[in-house]
Amino acid sequence: MEFSDPKVQLQIAYLLGGSMVVVNFALLYQSRMSSVINAFAIHATILGLAVAWQANVQNAPNLYITAAIALVFKALALPAALHYVVRKLNVHRTVEMVFGTGLTMMAGVALVGLAVMIMQPVTQHSGALVTIDLIFAMAVLFLGVLMMITRRNAVTQVIGFMAMENGLILAAVGVHGMPLVVEISVALAVLVAFIVFGLFLFRIRERFYSLDVRYLDPDSRIPQ
Amino acid sequence: MLGFVLWGVLAEGLFGVVAVAGRRVTSIGTVIYGGCLAVSLSVALTAVLFLVQGGAPANDALILPIGLPWLHAHFRLDVLSAFFLFVVGLGGAAVSLFALGHSRHPNKHYPDPTRILPFYPLFLAAMTLVLVADDAFVFLFSWEFMSLSSWLLVLANHREKGNADAAFIYLVMAGIGTVALLFAFGLLAGVEGHYAFSAMRGAPHTVALATAVLLLALIGAGGKAGIVPLHIWLPLAHPSAPSWVSALMSGVMTKVAVYGFIRLTFDLVGPGQWWWGGLVMAIGGVTAVMGVLKALMQHDLKRLLAYHTVENIGIIFIALGLALAFGANHRPALAALALTAALLHVFNHSVFKSLLFIGSGAVLWATGNRNMERQGGLIHRMPGTALAFLLGSAAISALPPLNGFVSEWLLLQGLLFGPQLPQWPMKMEIPIVAAMLALSAALAATCFVKAFGIVFLGRPRTPEAAQAPETDRYSLTAMFFLAGLCVLVGILPAPILDLIEPAVRLLSGETMAGAEGTNWLWLVPVDAARSSYSGLAMLVLTALAAVTLSLLIRRYLSHGVRRSAAWDCGFPDDSPSSQYTASSFAQPIRRVFGTALLAAREEVTMPEPGDTSPARFEVRLTDYAWNWFYRPPGRLVLSLAEWTSVMQRQSIRRYLGFMFATLIILLMVGMSWN
Repeated sequence: MEFSDPKVQLQIAYLLGGSMVVVNFALLYQSRMSSVINAFAIHATILGLAVAWQANVQNAPNLYITAAIALVFKALALPAALHYVVRKLNVHRTVEMVFGTGLTMMAGVALVGLAVMIMQPVTQHSGALVTIDLIFAMAVLFLGVLMMITRRNAVTQVIGFMAMENGLILAAVGVHGMPLVVEISVALAVLVAFIVFGLFLFRIRERFYSLDVRYLDPDSRIPQ
Repeated sequence: MLGFVLWGVLAEGLFGVVAVAGRRVTSIGTVIYGGCLAVSLSVALTAVLFLVQGGAPANDALILPIGLPWLHAHFRLDVLSAFFLFVVGLGGAAVSLFALGHSRHPNKHYPDPTRILPFYPLFLAAMTLVLVADDAFVFLFSWEFMSLSSWLLVLANHREKGNADAAFIYLVMAGIGTVALLFAFGLLAGVEGHYAFSAMRGAPHTVALATAVLLLALIGAGGKAGIVPLHIWLPLAHPSAPSWVSALMSGVMTKVAVYGFIRLTFDLVGPGQWWWGGLVMAIGGVTAVMGVLKALMQHDLKRLLAYHTVENIGIIFIALGLALAFGANHRPALAALALTAALLHVFNHSVFKSLLFIGSGAVLWATGNRNMERQGGLIHRMPGTALAFLLGSAAISALPPLNGFVSEWLLLQGLLFGPQLPQWPMKMEIPIVAAMLALSAALAATCFVKAFGIVFLGRPRTPEAAQAPETDRYSLTAMFFLAGLCVLVGILPAPILDLIEPAVRLLSGETMAGAEGTNWLWLVPVDAARSSYSGLAMLVLTALAAVTLSLLIRRYLSHGVRRSAAWDCGFPDDSPSSQYTASSFAQPIRRVFGTALLAAREEVTMPEPGDTSPARFEVRLTDYAWNWFYRPPGRLVLSLAEWTSVMQRQSIRRYLGFMFATLIILLMVGMSWN
């Protein structure tokens, strides 16, 4: 196999992007908190690999920094921190879903279809890499939001949010010449989000002795 | 000349600043009102000069680099705006003179002058600016400025019960009106967005678009003028303002609204459909009758006058509708007749309504009360005010030889030509509208017999009324100036018709037969053989008849000595409360029309024999406009709000879900769009 062949390069980029979508479905499927966090670590790892591959293909060494951020920060540090939070706060170890797994998965499939239908006409005149890359990115974005709105627990919502961020970065690296500044700002945004959500978790914990966001509802019927 | 008018506007704007800066100076009121008087008078004179020259420089236009950076402000003075400038200037001058007098001796019934003085000149400036605007932006800007400054003036008495509500309703209705006008101009401007009036005037408009503009103009400008059912704010807001501001709002601002309607429908849209005339006339007829009926039921003097404004606006709209119908049927001479009637009534109403409102202001100042049931016998204490008010009442009741009669007579002459229209619906509608006009004139006379009789005649009903002082010389001068105009225009309408004629020619392309300035004494609208009127002859004949009759009666009928039981002038009881009251005077009319049209309910509570509690009589009136046009949308908004409020109390997850669903739906819509 010749790695300098453009066709092969393209296929590898597709493989990595596609795996992110698949892992995203895995994220949706998990019912235990620790495995959700692990799945997210895999998600971030694949993102790191995809970014690194793009850095190689596009001959853009600055993208290696982004890849490093994804691998070190998102694939290692954040999951570790989340594991710590879950242990420390004694969070309920099962994922509380709003709809059943099957329904959520079906909605996810529909969203991937929608992403294809939206992105194909828009990127007709761009290259094949851009089209497929943006489709995958859009699908990851949609699935991230879907995760956020179909999970009751705050930790899983944080993970959905960060999966969404991964989608954004995947979209950013697929396009030639994305400046590094934006990369770092995106990474910082994730960091800020993590801090905010972290505080948020501690606050809920302090107030309600639970991380169930239903306690934030004004009309909540849960006995406190 | 346009430049001069704009300098006047600027000066009035500066007066607003001066009023704020000099609010601690005691004689600041004199300065401001004196300045407004001077500016208004010069604006009126400028307009007259412009009109006397026949509007020879037909385009007195200016483009100033102010306003939005990419949109210069266009101003233009043409014969139509000049005529309305004359009306605004004259009304503004007389009212400012009255205000000048009243600001010199404030009493406890008056609001803090610092709440009036800054806004009064701005209000005048805004009205002037509307009239010289030549693009939609300047027009809407000044229109909204006019609404807001008058809104602040309505709020001057904000501590009085009901005034804050009145101001709020006014603000809401003014907002709806401005939005309607915004859409009207947007439709006229078309996709290219030519906001200058000259571009709109030339552009071809489809019938559907033109009709939409007419309806929007009816909502926007008509609502400001006070047509039923958009009148509801008017009888609340006009009386709540200080009396001289009420005079401006009722006498002058409604005329600016009529100007807006004429500018939009006659000038900018171009030739209309015959049924537009039918629609506008029907609205005018209903407005006239409902306005006067509601006026008859009031016992608050200023509110009664405000309802009469609604009635007179109805009369003006009947005339405008008639002009539209004739114009659409290519009868320009008859359209000119109807337009002359409309514009003359605009002038007349501004004169006598300003007079009546400042008269009521003098009464309010003297007795501290707007309620007619607490006045009485003021003719002895305030003879000057009473005489001026009487002249105004006679003029608004369309009694010859005063000015109100001339315009309503002209309008009736125009309506008599209605059967010449080819359309059957119009042939049927016009006699009905004519009957409504006659009915409203008769009811107006009844109403002013009541207003004048209860307030000025009889015996004082309260100690305040018995002690009422006559108002000052400035105010009396203002009143007699306006009353003199009522008489003068009634007797010799020709000079005013000369001022109206250029505008009528501009709008209808034709001129009224009798308005060519050759005949100063006789008014011949179409044909001398058909009908003619001379105010002077009428005056001489009436005077002769009255003198002869009184001499005859004195000579032949009151000589004989008669013996009869002593007649105590209809007052068997000594108490002044045994006199006719405003409510009892209106009772027959209330019984005839009130039950059906106003859902009037009279309730008498008689105590049981032996019970010492007083008997009570209560009248309840309903305005169907509220029930039909305002309550249902209000309920709809409330129930929608109730329904959507469920969405406001959700978890973060649900909010995210809503946003996501919206995004997905929008994306799908966007996709299917492509």
